[in-house]
Formats: sequence, C-alpha cells, structure tokens
Amino acid sequence: MSVILECRSLTKKYGSTTALSDLNLSLERGRIVGLLGPNGSGKTTLIKLINGLLVPSSGTIKINGFEPGVESKKIVSYLPEKTYLPDWMKVSDAINFFKDFFADFDEKKAYEMLDHLHLDSSKRLKALSKGTKEKVQLILVMSRKADLYCLDEPIGGVDPAARDYILNTIITNYNENACVIISTHLIADIENVLDEVIFIKEGYLQLHASVDEIREKEGKSIDSLFREVFRC
Amino acid sequence: MQWELNTDKPVYLQLVEQIQAGIISGIYKPGDKLPSVRDLAIKATVSPNTMQRAMTELERDGLVYANRTSGRFITSDEELIGKLRKQYITQVIQEFLDKMDLLGVNLEETISYINMISDNNKK
Repeated sequence: MSVILECRSLTKKYGSTTALSDLNLSLERGRIVGLLGPNGSGKTTLIKLINGLLVPSSGTIKINGFEPGVESKKIVSYLPEKTYLPDWMKVSDAINFFKDFFADFDEKKAYEMLDHLHLDSSKRLKALSKGTKEKVQLILVMSRKADLYCLDEPIGGVDPAARDYILNTIITNYNENACVIISTHLIADIENVLDEVIFIKEGYLQLHASVDEIREKEGKSIDSLFREVFRC
Repeated sequence: MQWELNTDKPVYLQLVEQIQAGIISGIYKPGDKLPSVRDLAIKATVSPNTMQRAMTELERDGLVYANRTSGRFITSDEELIGKLRKQYITQVIQEFLDKMDLLGVNLEETISYINMISDNNKK
C-alpha cells in the first residue's frame, strides 16, 4: 500500500497560539480515516494545511509527494466546514463550476446521485434546506475521482437519516486507491465506518491506530476511549 | 438481512457472527451467491475494508468461498453448516449459563424457569 499523505514535524502557529505541534503522520491509500478531537484541537487547521489554505510555520506536508499547490489540488477533494458556493447558484451551476475546475469531476455520476435524491438541479441553492445543501456539496466532492478526500464535519447538523445517506455516499464512491479523511466530533455515529482513527488533543497527535485494533485491545468503543482521553 | 452492530467488539468479528447467524437460520442458503463486498458494506454501513476482512475470515473457515470470476458463495457443505450450528448454539447457551451462574441461579432452577417461560410463550 502506498502513502498518500505524509506530515513531518508539522507545526502551525497563529501568533503566540500553537494550533498544531510537531505532527508526524503518514496515511495510506484505501483507508477511511477519522480525524477526531474536541473543538479547537487542530482538526480544521490540519485539513486547511493539506489543502494549501494555510502555510505551515515549520515542518513539511506532502500529498503523493507534492507540497500543497497546483499538483496536490488536482488530486485532493475538499469538503470545507462551511459552504463557499454562492446562494444564487442553481445546483446545475454548481455542477458546471466543478466541471470547469476539476478534470477528475464525473458530471454523469453527480447527476445520477442528484436523481437518486429526486433533486431538481434547476433549483437555486438558496431554496434548499440545510440538510439538502450539505448533501449537494458532498455529492459534488464525492463525484471527483480524487486520491485524497478531506471531509470537514460532513455530518454536523444533519438528521440521522441524512447522516446515513452521507455515510453511504462516502462508502459507495470512494475507491481502493483513495484515502478518505473525515473530521468530526460525532464519533459514535461514524465509528463503524472507519478503518483508522487519529486523535488530536491541543495540537498534539495523541493516537493513530486501527479501529478494530483499539476495540480488541481496549475492549471498548472509540467513543468511550475518546471520552476517556479527552475528559474535561 | 438486518445488521445490528454494537460498539465495543471489533466490527469485523460482529460481521462474521452475523453472517454465520444468517447461514444457520437459512437467510443465506447453501450455495447462495453473496452480494459484492461494497454492497454488503453499504447495507451494514461499515468500511469495505472491514467487510473484506470478515469475508477473508469466513473463507478461512470454509463457510464462504470465492470464485475468481463469478463472486462469493455460501458453502454447499451441509456437514460444515451443521457443525457451525452446533458450535453457535453451544456458545449462546454457554454464555447464558455463565450469566445465570453469576447471578447464583443453579441449573435446576434455570431449567424450571425455561420451562415456565416457554409454557407462557405458547399460551
């Protein structure tokens, strides 16, 4: 199995605050990885570093051997925490937008998934409910044939049925050659889907292990272990 | 088939047990073709890697076999299924008896309870 993401001594400071501290991490293709930690632990900072939206204070980050930039962005599909698509866009506009930007975007696949949701693509994003808008964004991101998917809180604020839809969309669309990183603090909802978990605490990497390994060794769920590690 | 996953046991082991239960109860019949790993993973909402591991485990025990071109099948070896059934029943009852033992209920009392409850269920 080949490495898709490699972080070495990765550090990010905002002024005097250290958001990520000397992070060493290596992720392989074909895995679904949970990036877990309480609010403010550095999850989003790491994802933004991977996507080149932030620059490391020190250390390196490589995606398939490339530093974040044009080459890495071709193979990383990113679902940010907050939407960046303007409200006035129709769903079909958003699809065209993605088609223009990304060579690996599969338009047919996107429309198939929208059809499956009985979603009319001539609707404006502004007219969609919060849950539906999140589903549309996920469909866009998962319709790319990327090597690394970074999903920042994809299941925050949606109902349990929508959550199942989102998880199924992820399982259906990821391929053996790709790695999926899912950042969340809603662990119980997704832990059965994950192959590996990463715990980040106050900017430090606390744990990186396989889910079944943890359950075998500790005899408890990732959720219980999380509550233990991060007890306030 | 409904998948019921709890959270403190390795997921692949739970998948193995549930497919075993499916074979014993006849949801999966001898020689049946299984859906693809990805379809099974989607139904159970688990990672395809975990479902793959469960399949490897079942293949190792001979309960499932893979045909290179046409997919995965449930074994047609009825003797093996009979053995699995015996094993499974033994395990469930052993766990139950251990629990009763922990509660300080002896075998005689346990059996009288089983008779009473099953009589009530018939009514």
